[in-house]
Amino acid sequence: MLHRVRVLPLLLITTAAFVGACKKKEPAVTPTPEPTPAGGAGCDQRCQDSIANARRVADSIAAANAASAELARAIEAARASLTAVIYFDYDASDIRADSRGTLEAKVPVLTANPSVRLRVTGHTDSRGSDEYNLALGQRRAAAAKQYLTDRGVDPSRIEIVSLGEERPADPAENESAWARNRRAEFEIIAGGTNIQPPR
Amino acid sequence: MSRFFSILPIAVLGLLTAVGVAHAQDSTVQGVRIGLVYDPGSRPGVIVLPVDGAGGDSIRAILQRDFDYGDRINVVGAEGTGFPLAPTTGEESNYPVYAALGAVALVQATVTGGGSGLHVAVHDVARQSIARVRDFPMRGTPDGGDWRLGVHTVADEIELWITGVRGVSATRVLYISGGRVWVVDSDGFGPRPVSAAGTTMSPAWHPDGTHLAYAQFVGSGWSIMVEELSGGARPLPAPRGLNATPTFSPDGNVIVWAHGGESGTDLFATTVFTNGPARRITVGRGSDNTSPTFSPDGRRVAFTSGRSGHPEVYISDADGTNAELLTPYKFGDQSYRSDPDWSPDGRTVAFQAQLAGRFQVMTIGLRDRSIRQHTNEGSNEQPSWAPDSRHVVFTSTRSGTRQLWVLDTETGRTRQLTHSGGVRMASWSPYLGGR
Repeated sequence: MLHRVRVLPLLLITTAAFVGACKKKEPAVTPTPEPTPAGGAGCDQRCQDSIANARRVADSIAAANAASAELARAIEAARASLTAVIYFDYDASDIRADSRGTLEAKVPVLTANPSVRLRVTGHTDSRGSDEYNLALGQRRAAAAKQYLTDRGVDPSRIEIVSLGEERPADPAENESAWARNRRAEFEIIAGGTNIQPPR
Repeated sequence: MSRFFSILPIAVLGLLTAVGVAHAQDSTVQGVRIGLVYDPGSRPGVIVLPVDGAGGDSIRAILQRDFDYGDRINVVGAEGTGFPLAPTTGEESNYPVYAALGAVALVQATVTGGGSGLHVAVHDVARQSIARVRDFPMRGTPDGGDWRLGVHTVADEIELWITGVRGVSATRVLYISGGRVWVVDSDGFGPRPVSAAGTTMSPAWHPDGTHLAYAQFVGSGWSIMVEELSGGARPLPAPRGLNATPTFSPDGNVIVWAHGGESGTDLFATTVFTNGPARRITVGRGSDNTSPTFSPDGRRVAFTSGRSGHPEVYISDADGTNAELLTPYKFGDQSYRSDPDWSPDGRTVAFQAQLAGRFQVMTIGLRDRSIRQHTNEGSNEQPSWAPDSRHVVFTSTRSGTRQLWVLDTETGRTRQLTHSGGVRMASWSPYLGGR
């Protein structure tokens, strides 16, 4: 029992990849309560210690679970930051004010995860020339990459591609659909299995 | 009907006579125009007589349709009109009957050699005599692709004899549907895929008609593929990134395309069949330059450029120097002009312009910069010239889905070329028939 209690903090500080695995193994760590009725008559000091021990273990497991859940949320948030979509104005590739925050949030995640590589895909709405829109999508992807490399991200970690108007997010033909289609998408193409949230 | 039958015996005799005469005139000097007066303002009436032999009905139907689609000939009595089945001469001459029907020429064709040839005689109705004859070879089986191309070749040659301008029915059109490159005959027959499944765009014919190029998405970028129609495809050696909108130089040796990296998209050129270095020919300074098209002498290139802030059509020398705005720019005008295609006669550039939020097919005369709008129903884009510099194939939404349509820029007449949904990016072939 004591042996297990000592092992627990160790488990907590093992790698993030292990946390996921530990979560699955938790039932094995959960202590089986002594058959003695808790705190009941006839529970001597040894018995009381044992209960206290069990409580400590249970508390630390709950704490570990909470920490693990928080870590999972942080990882998910980091991943969501990396893949968050940005949007553009018609026939434009300037980074809009409302997209700066989205791009800015990617920077610490990229810094914390030097093995992560991104593919930025530029898209357009359906209104322009199909052919010219390929170039416009390329320019949008390049603008997003430029923003990140200006903030210190190594250019070799970001590849860019354009799909023009070939893959609309919303196939409808109206202003709100066009606005959703003028976008750059971010895909994790390497280092995505072990994302660390930024410190 | 009774008149029809009374004429028949004479007609059969006449046919025999005509064939005999036709053979006797096989030595007709090539290149001599027949004595018909062709007024471009009024289309000469032509009767295509019933064709004897295997596939004869198909031959007649194809010839009539080709003449009709050519917009230079008025097909007389195509459906049901009673007329003598063959001309007769001398005392029993029935040429005046044809003349009364409005025909200035008769086309008389006979299948020969068990289907391996087509003997054609064209009669000058006013002179009551045969004006031109020729034996054409026929390949393949009736209604097959080669066979139909053979009949189209005959139609185009007859159109040349009668009007002085070769027809464009022995041509095909490349286009994109469902992510693949397809090809269809000029009359809409036999659409078939020519590229592998995937995501492809912007097909372009090589001037020899045996190769094509197109852009293909390969997951991490776009490649220019060069494909032999009867063989395999290979990617053009090109820098990684965006590679799109290929076009061949008129001599077939050079390919020009749009390459985009991290600082705009520029036009690049390289040799088609030898691995020469790619050289940049536009300096867009971060702007987008796409959709190049050569002048027929190969000296100039028209293309779409966003260098002024929004897409416009420019013309430059083939090396990218001396770029000038082709489409006039009005102060405060934020419209959109793109996708130029230079006519094979060098006189006109077709392009698309956004008017009231929709693209329309336009042409601009290079001599006087006069602009004409050719469409107004639905959205109409991506024009591509036929070899006659008169017809244009384009993408239109007028039927509810994106389809290819053919426009006669002289009369404004249109016809629908494709009928399966989601079709775009047409490229009209050079002349593919025999001569």
